[in-house]
Amino acid sequence: MSSEIWVNAAYLVAASLFIFGLKGLSHPRSAVRGNLMGALGMFIAIAVTLVDQQVLNWTYIVAGIAVGSVVGAVLALRIQMTAMPQLVGLFNGFGGAASILVAGAVLIQLFGLVAGSGPAGAAGELQVTIATVASGLVGAVTFFGSLIAFGKLQGIVTEKPVRYTGEQVVKSVLLLASIAVGVLIVLDPAQTLYYWILVAIASVLGIFLVLPIGGADMPIVIALLNSYSGIAAAATGFVLSNTVLIIAGSLVGASGIILTRIMCRAMNRSLANVLFGGVGAVVEESDQGDIYSGRVKRTSAEEVAMIMKSARRVVFVPGYGMAVARAQTPVRLLTEQLERDGVEVEFGIHPVAGRMPGHMNVLLAEENISYDKLREMDQINPTFRNTDVVVVLGANDVVNPVARESSGSPISGMPILNVDEAKTVVVIKRSLSPGFAGIANPLFAADNTLMLFGDGKAVMEELVAAYKDA
Amino acid sequence: MGFISIVTIFVLAIFVGFEVITKVPPILHTPLMSGSNAISGITLIGALVAVSSGNSLLTTILGTAAVVFATINVVGGFVVTHRMLRKFRKG
Repeated sequence: MSSEIWVNAAYLVAASLFIFGLKGLSHPRSAVRGNLMGALGMFIAIAVTLVDQQVLNWTYIVAGIAVGSVVGAVLALRIQMTAMPQLVGLFNGFGGAASILVAGAVLIQLFGLVAGSGPAGAAGELQVTIATVASGLVGAVTFFGSLIAFGKLQGIVTEKPVRYTGEQVVKSVLLLASIAVGVLIVLDPAQTLYYWILVAIASVLGIFLVLPIGGADMPIVIALLNSYSGIAAAATGFVLSNTVLIIAGSLVGASGIILTRIMCRAMNRSLANVLFGGVGAVVEESDQGDIYSGRVKRTSAEEVAMIMKSARRVVFVPGYGMAVARAQTPVRLLTEQLERDGVEVEFGIHPVAGRMPGHMNVLLAEENISYDKLREMDQINPTFRNTDVVVVLGANDVVNPVARESSGSPISGMPILNVDEAKTVVVIKRSLSPGFAGIANPLFAADNTLMLFGDGKAVMEELVAAYKDA
Repeated sequence: MGFISIVTIFVLAIFVGFEVITKVPPILHTPLMSGSNAISGITLIGALVAVSSGNSLLTTILGTAAVVFATINVVGGFVVTHRMLRKFRKG
């Protein structure tokens, strides 16, 4: 039997393992096993490929895998959970980079190094050339877009939306230029230099696409780039006519698109609006003083501790501010104390809280907070009426009641956590400054709201101490 | 393999992807991203083919660089996902 059949059979096993692996992620119980199945699938695919290829360049392959494994493992093991969004962003980018390089190498192999020396583009080669263009284009946008996303999340590049006049024109021109060069490649693949020009233009496009997007929109961008890295892998699969690349790439592409859609819905915005529109850019707020003046009630850790002592149900609503302040440890300590006193504690997590989908859940899980206490928006919202104390920690726009109004505000129609329905709302925040959307939050001036100003971690630690003494 | 059979595989895989991923609960969205990210490192297979069939220094260099990038993606992705998923416990 020819080796091709065995290889393809092994690829089928690998692809099935990827699907079972992703299926395992449908519940925390089966998720660890699911991830291991995915890893096993990858191992099989790699091993079979190496056995099948008459490999001459073992040194390069072994060296490449060794370097990549060490770098990947060190990054993965040393990264702090709060920095997870930028790490995933970076890994997305690396996948894109690999796609650019593979497609480029294949193009050179097929059509020769010197212009005109390769075979002319026959009909059967159309698939290869078009797929190569797609790999290069999507791969480069993914790589450089991810680097900018990484830079923004890491604080190297400004988190603020970078907007300028003619922005849409610049992006459109870059996109059209890369498509034009792409057409040239398909017409004359022997000119391999065109490929690198395409990659260069697409790289600039990737930078310009992500630069105007602000910090709080990062969950959408990261999800979208995740999808792109899958699409790039699938395109590379078309270049090589390799089934496992196509299947794995499409799975990831679909996954990223679903997450992107969920994130967009959670902000009540279209994808086009996130990519090309401008929330948080220039929003003129009438007068913040009007809403707040004389109505904001400042409180102390001691007072909050006293209120909690008589509470039966407490809900924490964490936001990106919790991650920035690294306040999750005192949150867990307070949770444990409350539960020891028989108080029911749950966490209400908005889909876009944090800088990537599911960001808050990972931080709380790391603190050994049971996953059945982490509630989605739709599950927690009906319970706020029966909640004695809600602690909003470093969240703002996702609890802003203005969103419930039908129009007139950048966040109108965005689904929010209805924390204002609770008996008492404690907002832990540095100041009254607006959130990403740039608008005032009437919640802070509500009759049942108490403001506890300060650094999230310091305040939570005071609260833990005060509760112990109370 | 014919172009149409390849497109068939592509389209069906997208359908499967949509079906499977829709069932992932929001609390696992971060591990889903890092785990699916590791799977997109499947480009490593392409990189290995590129290096081993490489007939020039240039393609070998490109292929090897691709091997490094894709391996970081694969190893880093699966390891970090494992690290995260182990934290999700029922108390």
